[in-house]
Amino acid sequence: MRPDLDVVAGLVAAGSRVLDLGCGDGELLAHLIERRGCLGSGIEASGEGFMACVARGVPVQQADIDAGLGDVADGAFDVVVLSQTLQAVRHPARAIAELVRVGSTGIVSFPNFAHWRHRVDLGLRGRMPVSDVIPYPWHETPNIHLCTITDFESLLQALGVRALRRILLDRTGAPDERAARRPNLLAAGAVYVLTA
Amino acid sequence: MSHELGHVVTEWVVLFTEDDPLVLDSGETIAPVEVAFETYGTLNAAASNAVFICHALTGDAHAAGHHGDPERPGWWDVMIGPGKAVDTDRFFVVTPNLLGGCQGTTGPSSVNPATGEPYGLRFPLFTVADLVRVHRRLARHLGIARLAAAMGGSLGGMQVLQWAIDHPDDLHAGIMVCATARLTAQNIAFSAVAREAIMRDEHFHDGDYYAKGERPEVGLTIARMMAHITYLSEESMREKFGRRIQDALTPRFRFGVDFEVESYLAHQGEAFLKRFDANSYLYLTRVMDYFDPFGDLPVAIARLRDVTTRFLVLSFDTDWRFDTAHSRDVVRVLSSAHVAVTSREIASPYGHDSFLLDLPEYLATVAAFLDRVAQEVGGRAS
Repeated sequence: MRPDLDVVAGLVAAGSRVLDLGCGDGELLAHLIERRGCLGSGIEASGEGFMACVARGVPVQQADIDAGLGDVADGAFDVVVLSQTLQAVRHPARAIAELVRVGSTGIVSFPNFAHWRHRVDLGLRGRMPVSDVIPYPWHETPNIHLCTITDFESLLQALGVRALRRILLDRTGAPDERAARRPNLLAAGAVYVLTA
Repeated sequence: MSHELGHVVTEWVVLFTEDDPLVLDSGETIAPVEVAFETYGTLNAAASNAVFICHALTGDAHAAGHHGDPERPGWWDVMIGPGKAVDTDRFFVVTPNLLGGCQGTTGPSSVNPATGEPYGLRFPLFTVADLVRVHRRLARHLGIARLAAAMGGSLGGMQVLQWAIDHPDDLHAGIMVCATARLTAQNIAFSAVAREAIMRDEHFHDGDYYAKGERPEVGLTIARMMAHITYLSEESMREKFGRRIQDALTPRFRFGVDFEVESYLAHQGEAFLKRFDANSYLYLTRVMDYFDPFGDLPVAIARLRDVTTRFLVLSFDTDWRFDTAHSRDVVRVLSSAHVAVTSREIASPYGHDSFLLDLPEYLATVAAFLDRVAQEVGGRAS
């Protein structure tokens, strides 16, 4: 499993009711359902991702999460995951608010646009950053709302959403404790556990 | 596998007798109940690979293969067969005609043993749960305790939902295509007008038209023509007919058939007379009107918590008879009870009828879902 998904999986208690927003091919959910006894389901916009979930036996609804989670009741899930998806949604603030509305806890992971490599690309080379964590050239990227760790934390504050935990990631997606010295410069990404 | 199902045959079995009648939701009983059904493929030793097909309003037991003319296959032949989405090399497929129907299963045109005459409107009103009672008896007759899947479109999907709720351990998987948990006022209104057309036909005779050697043909034709409009999308009608004139280049400026669409509907109505009974039409539309398994939502959700069935819920973007909002409601309620449900809206220009058609994305989705089901229940290797 992708290292960052491994980090997310480690934050989900066995037997939880889990909703994964933008669940892709369902790798995380399949793991949580089969290995951790979770009740899991996903929402995925792409046809390829949807079909991959079906093939794995992962319950999935093909839908655009920007259309909202109006159908989902408050607190319907123990955990709602937004993994490497926040930067691709049209309304990130609304997505975070929905996350902590329908889930007791929300788990968000995203790439840190202020990672030093990205700063080198943009600041010194004058090019839009392309890296392991944001691998797309600017004209093909689905990422329309990239942010930094500092940006994200100030949005949480503005929304009144609490971060219960933060795990900094290196560029492979594995936990990186050394980045704690200067997270916004040294971490290639981060995972947050949020609650309303 | 490139072989075909080929020639298939309909079988009949008496599932309920005077000593062991079908007891309906209403408390009324029917006996005997004979059911026409077909099967395709082979039941495995564990009896774990059965897929039960529930047909829609005017379907029948003949879902796939042919009865002698390969050009005239069963109504869901695009879906069912060797190597198809419902792969008969892996699954044992069971497809009966519904209770109340007129294609071999006991219904209002059957002879009431108490009177020696056809039931007509003395046939008791029944519910979707009653349809499921008969299905379960057929499955048991065939030696199947738990189905790999039950599936159906429209009214067929409604039976699948009812089945899963009433018997939470019966279905490993359930597939509902362009179905609903509740008809809207508009849906009921269309059905009401169709029934009025039949019941006000001078040849209806309160449903006792059989002995008189005549039938409410005008009413049944109008009912079918109107229903057929609701099965197509505006887009598909525009594409198929536009404003073209039948067999001419210029309008004849008259009443009667002139536009192509009129000719088409007339043909649909005509063809329907040959195969359908007006009383069955009344009963099977009425069973849909009263269907409301989520009517008492807290009770429904409490019951759904026991459901082990994994659902696939599909809809089509141009279906306006049971549009995607109907499917979304089903998904919302199932999800809120944490029943495993997979859903998608499929793009198709063909409206409600799409569920019968060869649409690659649709068939591939069903195939992928059932492929997984086969792995889970141990379908026969192909």
